[in-house]
Parts: sequence; structure tokens; C-alpha cells
Amino acid sequence: MMGNKPELLAAAGSLQEVKEYIAAGANAVLIGEERFGTRLPGNMNIADISEAVRAAHADQAKVYVSVNNLISNEILDELSGYVQALAAAGVDGIEFGDPAVLRAVQQYAPSLNLHWNAEMTSTNYATANYWGSKGAVRVLLARELNMDELTEMKPHLQIEAEVQVHGMTNIYHSKRKLVQSYMTHQGRPVQGENLGQDRGLFLIEAERQDEKFPIFEDSNGTHIMSSDDICILEDLHILLGAGMDSLKIETILKPISYNRTVIQVYRTAIDTYFEDPEGYEFQETWMDTIREVQDPERELSFGFFYKEQVY
Amino acid sequence: MHTTEKHTPKFTGKRHRLDKPELLAPAGNLEKLKFAIHYGADAVYIGGQKYGLRSNADNFSFEEMKEGVEFAKKYGAKVFVATNIYAHNEDIAGIEEYLRNLHEAGISAIIAADPIIVDTARRVVPELEVHLSTQQSTLNWQAVQFWKEEGLPRVVLGRETSLEVIAEIKNHVDIEIEAFIHGAMCSSYSGRCVLSNHFTDRDSNRGGCCQSCRWKYDLFEDGRPEEVWVSEEEAKESRVLQQFNLGVNQHPLFSEEDNAFTMSSKDLCMIAHIPDLIDVGVDSFKIEGRMKSIHYVATVVNVYRQAIDAYMADPDNYVLRPEWVEEMNKAANRPLNTGFFYDTPDHEDHIYEPEEKAAPYDFAGLVLEYDEESKMATIQQRNHFKPGQEVEFFGPGGSVFKQTVGQIWDESGNELNAARHPLQRIKLKVEQPVRYFDMMRKKK
Repeated sequence: MMGNKPELLAAAGSLQEVKEYIAAGANAVLIGEERFGTRLPGNMNIADISEAVRAAHADQAKVYVSVNNLISNEILDELSGYVQALAAAGVDGIEFGDPAVLRAVQQYAPSLNLHWNAEMTSTNYATANYWGSKGAVRVLLARELNMDELTEMKPHLQIEAEVQVHGMTNIYHSKRKLVQSYMTHQGRPVQGENLGQDRGLFLIEAERQDEKFPIFEDSNGTHIMSSDDICILEDLHILLGAGMDSLKIETILKPISYNRTVIQVYRTAIDTYFEDPEGYEFQETWMDTIREVQDPERELSFGFFYKEQVY
Repeated sequence: MHTTEKHTPKFTGKRHRLDKPELLAPAGNLEKLKFAIHYGADAVYIGGQKYGLRSNADNFSFEEMKEGVEFAKKYGAKVFVATNIYAHNEDIAGIEEYLRNLHEAGISAIIAADPIIVDTARRVVPELEVHLSTQQSTLNWQAVQFWKEEGLPRVVLGRETSLEVIAEIKNHVDIEIEAFIHGAMCSSYSGRCVLSNHFTDRDSNRGGCCQSCRWKYDLFEDGRPEEVWVSEEEAKESRVLQQFNLGVNQHPLFSEEDNAFTMSSKDLCMIAHIPDLIDVGVDSFKIEGRMKSIHYVATVVNVYRQAIDAYMADPDNYVLRPEWVEEMNKAANRPLNTGFFYDTPDHEDHIYEPEEKAAPYDFAGLVLEYDEESKMATIQQRNHFKPGQEVEFFGPGGSVFKQTVGQIWDESGNELNAARHPLQRIKLKVEQPVRYFDMMRKKK
């Protein structure tokens, strides 16, 4: 049986990225700004977002906006205006984690599609369906789930399923300014200095000398990212066969050229699969194309797709 | 002479339902439950065999829960159960039955993070209160309002909320607010950390956290040399450079003598700020630590009980008593701070230095009986002690005295040169009256 072709979604940080990623084969982009959305590859204000919507829609692609911050009281007052502006800009959906965003959308912009993204805490179908009953039409499943969990939950989901197939993941988020605190502790305070994504900071754990964990600070606090990049290309057919609705490529902390290549490869794999699902075969050359552009210090891995976790 | 000034609250919020804030203590097992309640907790939270975030704790069976609930009733206290995991598919099938069993065991409330557990509880056992766990990182009043509309009488706020924000929340929503006031803290947003999963394949959000935030890390930069904080010479001296094969433009942001980078947070302690917490309207004062010792729980609960009671009885004449702070330090495992209540934690709120030895005191004996006439106490041995050693007795309400252990005898009257046997009944003369459940501690 052949299901629907899933959407290929890429996070984007600028109008240029939006255009390039769509040209490379993305059916949808995820954009937004730091004040409302977490860990985006770049900040785009409402004017940029409107422009992105125009550009994307001209190419039959969709634009989703991340509003998945942990919302503070201070941001609450701006939420209603923001979601109204997003609706007016014609975005195709927003990502949320905080119930305050759900309320704001219901009250001020009920036409907006809601995608539930609670990062590492969206771990089962029943909770996803709970948010579905509150109005969500899609869940971004936690990256810490394995393939068995993902495929077994799909038939139980009453809303669309989005799965990250490539790129790094966030493994720690704190409101604290941990880099600033550390540098101050050393007697070398860095107030006002850029500690953001483009600074290129990373951590090494004492007993894992070959793993680099990117770390950055922004107005949402301190973020630590995985030392490896998920790449499920080799087993993409399992997700395609399971009927996942959207496959996400995380583009954060990567050069545009890298992301373009990755999107092109996944595009090719998806299209090849849907030409003939039965006869589909994974091509090692696709992996080679990605390996060529992959940072040699970052492992391409299956992430948690084939891991059993204990507790 | 002490002059009385009218107390002016810095923060004001409305407290609902409860006329006095609840003191909520952790109870890792039945014995800890009894101590926590005897020493003044209005409620305790425990873990059952499933769905809790302390998979290593000595968790309660339903039978033990019933016994705990019976004990609590005698004091007018309540028992809550933490069901605060983020569930996976395989966890879903058993939720209904588990919640029914909790209700049947007499549990007053569950503390839940995953909406499916919240929703199932509301549907299946509506009489069981559901309190939203701090694992949901609830930081704003709209989200609190949402959970109120879902039928929850109480929300445990994210630890990132300041007193100012709590006041705003209290003034917007008519709901009970529970806040952590003491103990260890996630330095991340609760629930938003999978370091443990990445380093050890142990799922932090199902109780497997291996506390990777307390490990040591080194901080580097990919970039141009002129942006580097340390000189190239310093970098060459770096302890990590010898082990780690750095790329061309990767530079350590520390030098040989620097402490390592860590996310490790100091522990929360709000004993010096009880008036602010009460004035802002926090309904439940929560102490962290289901894995902590009996001595820790009894000591910490005892101090907060006294402070809360003193302030409620007479806010205008309330003073922070130095002996409360001293008591806290006897139980403290780490350096202490005030979390996010007043400001975002900074460089003084993390533990970069090597950690000092944990709590300086040990629980040495439990008072079982006391004979007024002979001044003899019967003590259940909880750790080694011997004649000549200085010990401290303390009990609920703040009675504390030191004495030197004199002669000691076993139950048959044989004199002993040390109390060596766990749980042995030992007689010794005490210098002040003691009561059942008083504790004897010794310096480590």
C-alpha cells in the first residue's frame, strides 16, 4: 500500500535560506524569532516572515513559525499581537509547547494550525492525542524515541506525525547564563560579548574527548546540543512505510551549503521511494554525498532510533 | 530592647483555600514519611512502584502507602504520590489501574507532568487531586489558568519563577501554587535535559537521570585566534590539549589552573526568606529530596515548621533565628542559594570548586523511651557511638542540646564500650528530658 508522500521540512534562519532550501527540495520551512521560538537557525521578524510566506507560497511550499518558547509572563502580553500578525502573514502553522500559546491562538488567531512541539517531552501517542483534542493538528515526536516506538505509535495518532530525520538535537536547555557565569568565575567576565550560535563554543566532557557538544547562549538561556548528527537516510524507507507525515531536517549550526546538500539527498530518496516503494533500494552514494560535506568531528549517527534506554 | 515595627510585605499575592501555607516534605520510604510528618510536615510526597522520577529510590508498595496514609491521618497530614514521568507508549496501558489503586490507598493527590496522566486521573478517579509537576516548567499565569480549567487545584511552578512572577500569577489565577523552597535543583528547565540519555542511555524523564550536569567539562571555541581569551602559550599548557586532538582553530577557554566548566547548581535554601514566601501567597512550601536521609528530612522540616509557625503567629515581631540557619547547615549537602526567587542565578550560584564533604552530621540514635525519674533514655542505635563522644539531641519544635555520652548499657544491663549493632536498644543518661522520636546525632 502506498501512503501519501510526506512533507520534507527544513528549519531556516533567513529569507535566503528559505529560498535555497525550498529550491533544494524542501516542501516546508520552519522559521521564527528568538523572542517566541527556541533554537532557530536565525531570527526573522514579522516582515521577514511575510516575505518568506510570499516566496514559499509562490513555490507551493509551506511556512511554519516556531512559537515554542517556555513562555514568561512578560511575553504573554505580546503573544496575542504576534499570533494575529502570523495569521495575517498567512503562515501555514505554528509550533507551540506552552498552553499559553494554545490559548492565544484560540482567542486571537483561530485559523492558525497548531503543531505541538514540547521537545524531549513529546514521548507518547496518548499525550499527542490529548493536545490534538485541544486543537493541535500535528506532533513533533521526541528525538529520544526509537524506531519501534515511532512506528508503533503512528497508527494510534489522531494527528499528523513529524519526525526529525537529520541534524543535531538539543540535549539541555537552561534559563541560566552558564557560559557567562563560568567566565566570570574565572575572573574574565564577558558581559556584552557574543556567546551565540555563531561564536562556535563547545564543551568536552572529561571522559569523552572525541565528542564536541556545541553550547550557546541567547535571550532564552543556555543551550547545549548533541555531539552527533542524526542521519536516518539509510532507513528512511521505514519511516516512509510507516506513513510519517513530515520529515524534519534540523539546519541549526550548519552552513547553508551543507543543508542544501542534505535536503537534496533526502528529496531524492523520498522521490525515489514513492516512484516505486516495492522496488526501492537505498543508495550508498546518497550517504557518500552527505559524508563529503559532513564535519569530520561530528559523527553521523542513528541517534536514538536503535537504542534501548533504561531508567 | 527589641523594637517592633509593622511588617510591610515586599510581595503580595492571594493565598487561596489554605489559611496557612502547607509544608510539603519528601519521603523516600515509610520510615522517612513518619519522621517527616512527626517533625512537622503537613503533607509528604512519595514515589510508588511506577511512573515516578526516582527509579532508584526505595519506592512504596500500595500496602506501605496505606500504612503511611494511616500514620499521616493521626497528625492530620496528607500523602501525595509523584507520578511525574513523561510516559512512553508502553507506560500508557497501566495508568488507569495504578491511579485507582492510589486512590484506594487513601492518597490525597498525585503530582503529574504528562498531560495523559493528568487527563486519565481526572477521568478515572476525579476524587484524586492532580497537582501539575514542576516538570512541566510552568512559568506564566495563562498556562496556570489552562491547568486550572483542566480541573487541577494546584500547580507546582517551574523553578525559574521569581517572587515577582509568583505574585503576578497569584493575582491572576485563583489556584494553589506550590514552590520548591529547599533542596537540589535541575540547572536546566525541568524536563528539558537529556544529558543522561546521551551520555549513559539512561532516560532522565523516566527516572534514570545520572546527574551529568554535575560532571566536569572543558569549554572551547572554534574560531579565529584573536578572539581567544587565553594566550597561545597558556593554551599549550592546557591539561586538555595533551589528550584532545584539537582542530586548527580550536582553543580552550580556560587555562591550567582553572576549575572545569559545569552546569552544577548550588542547592536551594529559603529559610532566610520565609516572610516573602508567605506574603506572596505561596500555598505549599516544597522540600526536595526523596533520596535524602532521615536526618536530613527531619532537620530541614523541623526548621521550616518553626519559621512558618513563628511568622504566622506574629509577623510583626518575626525574626530569623540564627539557630535555624545553623541547623540547616548541619544537614546541607552542598552550598546553598536562593535559586530564581530574587534574580537569575549567576557565577556565585554554581559549584565550580571541588565539592566539600556532604552533611557534617550523622543520625546516631532514635529515642524510644525516657524515664523522668532516672533520666535514662532508651535509644535505638542508628550509627556507631560510644562513651566520651559528644552528641546532640533534637526533637520537633526546636529543642536542641549537646552532651557527652556517659556510660551506656544494653537492654539486659550489660555495660558497653560502644554502640555497634544497628537498631540495638541502648540505655544512657540524658541531661535534659527527651521524647519518643527525638533524634541523637553526632559529628562525622
